[in-house]
Amino acid sequence: MQLVLEKRAERSGTIALVSPLIAIGLTVVTMVILFAILGKNPLLALHAYFIAPLTDGYSLQEIAVKATPLVMIAIGLSLCYLANAWNIGAEGQFLIGAVAGSWIAVKTQGTDAGAWVLPAMLVLAAAAGALYALIPAICKVKFGASEILTSLMLVYVADLFLDYLVRGPWRDPNGFNFPTTAEFDPVATVPLLIEGGRLHLGSIIALLVVAAAAILLGRTIKGFEIRVVGAAPRAARFGGFNANQLIILTFAISGALAGLAGIIEVAGPVGHLQPGISPGYGFTAIIVAFLGRLNPLGILIAGLFLALTFIGGEQAQIAMKIPLDVTKVFQGILLFYVLACDSLILYRFKLSFPNRQVASGTH
Amino acid sequence: MRKSLLALAAGLLLAGSVSAVSAADKLKVGFIYLGPIGDLGWTYQHDLARQALVKELGDQIETTYLENVPEGPDAERSIEQLVRAGNKLIFTTSFGYMDPTLKVAKKYPNVHFEHATGYKRNPNMSTYSARWYQGRYIQGLIAAKMSKSGVLGYIGSFPIPEVVSGINATILAAQTIKPDIKVKIIWANTWFDPGKEADAAKALIDQGADVIMQHTDSPAAMQIASERGKLAFGQDSEMIKFGPKTQLTSILDTWGPYYIERVKAELAGTWKSQDSWGGLDSHMFAMAPYTNMPDEVKKLAEDAQTAITAGKLHPFKCPIVGQDGKPVECKGGDHLDDGQILGMNFYVKGIDDKLPGK
Repeated sequence: MQLVLEKRAERSGTIALVSPLIAIGLTVVTMVILFAILGKNPLLALHAYFIAPLTDGYSLQEIAVKATPLVMIAIGLSLCYLANAWNIGAEGQFLIGAVAGSWIAVKTQGTDAGAWVLPAMLVLAAAAGALYALIPAICKVKFGASEILTSLMLVYVADLFLDYLVRGPWRDPNGFNFPTTAEFDPVATVPLLIEGGRLHLGSIIALLVVAAAAILLGRTIKGFEIRVVGAAPRAARFGGFNANQLIILTFAISGALAGLAGIIEVAGPVGHLQPGISPGYGFTAIIVAFLGRLNPLGILIAGLFLALTFIGGEQAQIAMKIPLDVTKVFQGILLFYVLACDSLILYRFKLSFPNRQVASGTH
Repeated sequence: MRKSLLALAAGLLLAGSVSAVSAADKLKVGFIYLGPIGDLGWTYQHDLARQALVKELGDQIETTYLENVPEGPDAERSIEQLVRAGNKLIFTTSFGYMDPTLKVAKKYPNVHFEHATGYKRNPNMSTYSARWYQGRYIQGLIAAKMSKSGVLGYIGSFPIPEVVSGINATILAAQTIKPDIKVKIIWANTWFDPGKEADAAKALIDQGADVIMQHTDSPAAMQIASERGKLAFGQDSEMIKFGPKTQLTSILDTWGPYYIERVKAELAGTWKSQDSWGGLDSHMFAMAPYTNMPDEVKKLAEDAQTAITAGKLHPFKCPIVGQDGKPVECKGGDHLDDGQILGMNFYVKGIDDKLPGK
């Protein structure tokens, strides 16, 4: 007897929408069991995870701050993935953007440079991120090199480049040799939206990016091309759409957004360039993109939801002394259920009996 | 059914808030940890100190920690979360939390902060660190005595002053025994990465080193040295179980006494912002038992430890000659002053290597 996955002839639209909710439901059930095994009160734990962070302004701000880079990067990645271009190197584009933008901040430090500094940093960061993403895109189009590998490998190059700069030429001269630049000047810092809070202009930019992506995909021919090239490459070819051009375009957009997210993070919450500015945003954003079903609004929700699990996990650590590892298990379980539920939209389980006689003989 | 569930939920929530009230008169002390606690290493030692604190003052305080907090944009939020949860004294236990701690400290002037190994302070933010270079000096003496090849292997983490001063102290000590001692240095560029640390140890042994010392956290180098029949020093924690025939000693981080002292000050209302840079005399760190060495070497190490503790021996005693052959300015009378050690950015003569970034 064999258990096989069989492709469903048709898929239900309702199920496609409900599936993430089923996944979240299953995750909650699993977590309740896990909390009970750990000897923690499941209701209180779930409250700390999901409800408490949503009940005060401070935590809401923090969720927005955490979600900002994730959403921006994931939007760019979703365009790539829709067009069947597999950019895995957003982390590197994020870092290169941060480096390029920081260059202006470092060079103007202590001068009386005016309000142009921050806009210039943002533009340069986006441009650098785009150029950096074009390397794997062009290698793919011209030489057929796997963009998955090349974009991923360029992450390490970016990481080491940043490392070199903050340990060498850009190191804070008053920083006791520690690997960091000096704190950016106020003109090179992303303004805060609420005095004394941490919510910054970047969150607004992220919302604009979501809106722009929704318009691009929903209302423009380019957006239509992107979706067709990904969903039906042959049809797209007959339609005269240039798949290579779209790979270049989506990689450039995605790199630009990652680079922008990078400089916003550095010039915003961090305030200076240092190693470890990203706790893996570029990779987590891949999860966000798929959790949001490659849909701009979905990505916004997914980004906020993932941020909620981070903040909630931290509050659970404080309030309930629940270990951090449980938060990670939680995120892993969530992703597992999302993927599992997704598979069951497209496939169904079927028992098959390839060697019925032998099988019955042994039983 | 649904109603009773709701009632149950409400009851549980209320129960939670009641227990919170009874805990409210205790002083809440928070900790931010860099790594997972695990069973050895930097974070583990901080948690041991926290446990010592609870044992000593558990009836008056309640401790909370956040582990695995990266030294990036998340740190500020994590620290602030502890503040918002009511912690009045917060220990941030890694260098990279310096700026985030300062930011939160400025925002909450009524909360006190203790930042490990940094140099920025505020009226409500102290710093504390240990003079590990004293321990490194003792290790240098032992290493020079025990090395047959005359080549020491040193796994560096990052070329920051704390690590550089450790290398210099080691080699200055070793030179008093063997003037032409050599040291091979590999920068792992990490505090904790067993794979990289093991590779570094292998490379050092392949280059002829027979005593391995490390400024990284994992026992990987100890295990490699043990496999290859060489000797090694542990780091942060007791690592003898990873090399019963290998470990000579280990610099143990012992933050407990300091944490207890600071919490007592907070309880008494006498907490003040300060900079503590304690050495062997103030028990900021300790040396693991001297093992796998002849009695004569053990005595040498113990004598040096006694002399350093008593303030009679200074690892950076002048004259100190830099790599360029020029004597280093002696700002502290007959030894380098604290500023020179805290900002150490040069190798002493006899190190046949180039300091990264120089």
